[in-house]
Amino acid sequence: MSDPEKNDPPINRQITPQSAANTPSSPAMTPVRFRGGGFAPAPVRGVGILVFVLLIGGAEWGTRAGFITALTLPRPSDVFATLVELYRSGLLAEHMIPSLTRLIVGSLMGISIGVSVGVLIGLSSWFRAGLVPLVAALFPIPKIALLPLFVIWFGIDEGSKYALIAFGTFTPTVVATYGAVDNVDRTWVRMAQSFDHRWWSIVRGVILPAALPGILSGLRISLAIGIILLVAAEMLGAEYGIGAYILEAGSLYDLERLFAGVVILSALGVTVSFAIGLIERRVLRWRS
Amino acid sequence: MDLRLDGIHHSYGSTEVLSGISLDIPAGQIVCLVGPSGCGKSTLLRFVGGLEQPTGGAVLQVGTPPAGCLNPLTYVFQDFALLPWRSVRGNIAFALAPHRLPRAEEEAIITDVLARTKLSDFADALPKQISGGMKQRVAIARALAVRPAVMLMDEPLSALDSQTRELLMDDLVTLWTRAPFTAVYVTHNLSEAVRLGHKIVVLSRRPGKIREVVDIDTPLSERRHGDPALEAAEARLWGLMRDEAAAADAELLHV
Ligand SMILES: Nc1ncnc2c1ncn2[C@@H]1O[C@H](COP(=O)(O)OP(=O)(O)OP(=O)(O)O)[C@@H](O)[C@H]1O
Ligand SMILES: [Mg+2]
Repeated sequence: MSDPEKNDPPINRQITPQSAANTPSSPAMTPVRFRGGGFAPAPVRGVGILVFVLLIGGAEWGTRAGFITALTLPRPSDVFATLVELYRSGLLAEHMIPSLTRLIVGSLMGISIGVSVGVLIGLSSWFRAGLVPLVAALFPIPKIALLPLFVIWFGIDEGSKYALIAFGTFTPTVVATYGAVDNVDRTWVRMAQSFDHRWWSIVRGVILPAALPGILSGLRISLAIGIILLVAAEMLGAEYGIGAYILEAGSLYDLERLFAGVVILSALGVTVSFAIGLIERRVLRWRS
Repeated sequence: MDLRLDGIHHSYGSTEVLSGISLDIPAGQIVCLVGPSGCGKSTLLRFVGGLEQPTGGAVLQVGTPPAGCLNPLTYVFQDFALLPWRSVRGNIAFALAPHRLPRAEEEAIITDVLARTKLSDFADALPKQISGGMKQRVAIARALAVRPAVMLMDEPLSALDSQTRELLMDDLVTLWTRAPFTAVYVTHNLSEAVRLGHKIVVLSRRPGKIREVVDIDTPLSERRHGDPALEAAEARLWGLMRDEAAAADAELLHV
């Protein structure tokens, strides 16, 4: 944020008659009041990390000095030690691999079906009329409430977890995709038609690339929801996985391990967001 | 290949936009369409290229397109319609893609049209990196690449500043002199029309009817600024247009 004091325009700060003394009869000269600027946040390096460092450093200091009791908040260094131990013992991989597999398989299914359905809704009157109300009806359902149903349909093992994550990532992807497709400039479509491109070729060559920015920003939301549902599904029935690990730690009130699990989840979220940022920068270079 | 517009009528809902347009577009000539704003010029052009269908009448091709012609009716759009995620070369390749030419032939065509539009050095630039005038040259290169029988140009120079417009008009004249093409050229700008048109069709205000067809016999390459014949033609066109434009303007106020 910019300093409001500094940005405040000097209103009517007149150049005094003395300073314009060499032209005695000329009218008072006022600098034009500056009223532009702002509304353009620029990246500031290191501030994000600084916030983390301050928060964690504060917690560390508080727990060491005794302001914060061990029951309120675990000491960050202990949480870190727990993480290191988790890694050394090989348990980290044992929990991460099934979790990541579930997240990747589930969200790949949800996103690919979501993008396809979103494009169809964006382009076809029939799909739009038929599916938009359905999507609106599905969107607000807390997907986790459907887990028992999915267990019956797809089995207690991986199937129900894939389905839950797929379903959870599907709805926001559909909404983001058809919104993005709606906004694709139709003059590009007419141009493609005027060069004899067929339907599928227009979808692939014009609609999808033009909708990609919108789809990618929808993906950020979809994947965050995917992570939440992953943990929820694992809490309700899994031997291995970050969710199971957190649940176990929570039921034992083992706050260090609980926080270690939470840190892993946050790291996963940051990684996903960073990865999408990288993809955006690579594939959206054409935007000004 | 000539084109014939045969009694074209069109209404959007209850608004009649075009009424009884019959016109021949002979091969090798540039036909300019001028008329007040909203009289249906763009709509007519969409009918000519088959992007939309009139409620009455038909657009007919007379004869067959010349051999080697890939996309007989090819548009050049006012806002360029370049795909921003494709390079200059990629945009031209996009127009050629439906024809599935052998790789080498496609490359040869692209190299040729880039050279003809003086864009060879910018083949790999993205649209955001080049100026408006260059963007329209890319759009023209793209249109030339598919070897059109008729070019359909909807105010191709309107989005450009007047200096760039002059330069591009020269380019179009050079292109036409080297290899005469057929074109339907919609414009608001009468000096553009007298500079490029062999035949200038004046449309009345909505519903658009053909008010008059003005032929200009001076060869394109000999048309200069200040040529009295051209100035007379322009003055005559302006006389025809002024009443229509004023009436159209007044109508808009009453809506
Ligand atoms: N898709 C559409 N639906 C309904 N009305 C339309 C549509 N397209 C154009 N019109 C109307 O038809 C009339 C003719 O439009 P058109 O764009 O062809 O005019 P124009 O002569 O090209 O105008 P301009 O000189 O401003 O480009 C206008 O009144 C416009 O509002
Ligand atoms: Mg128009």
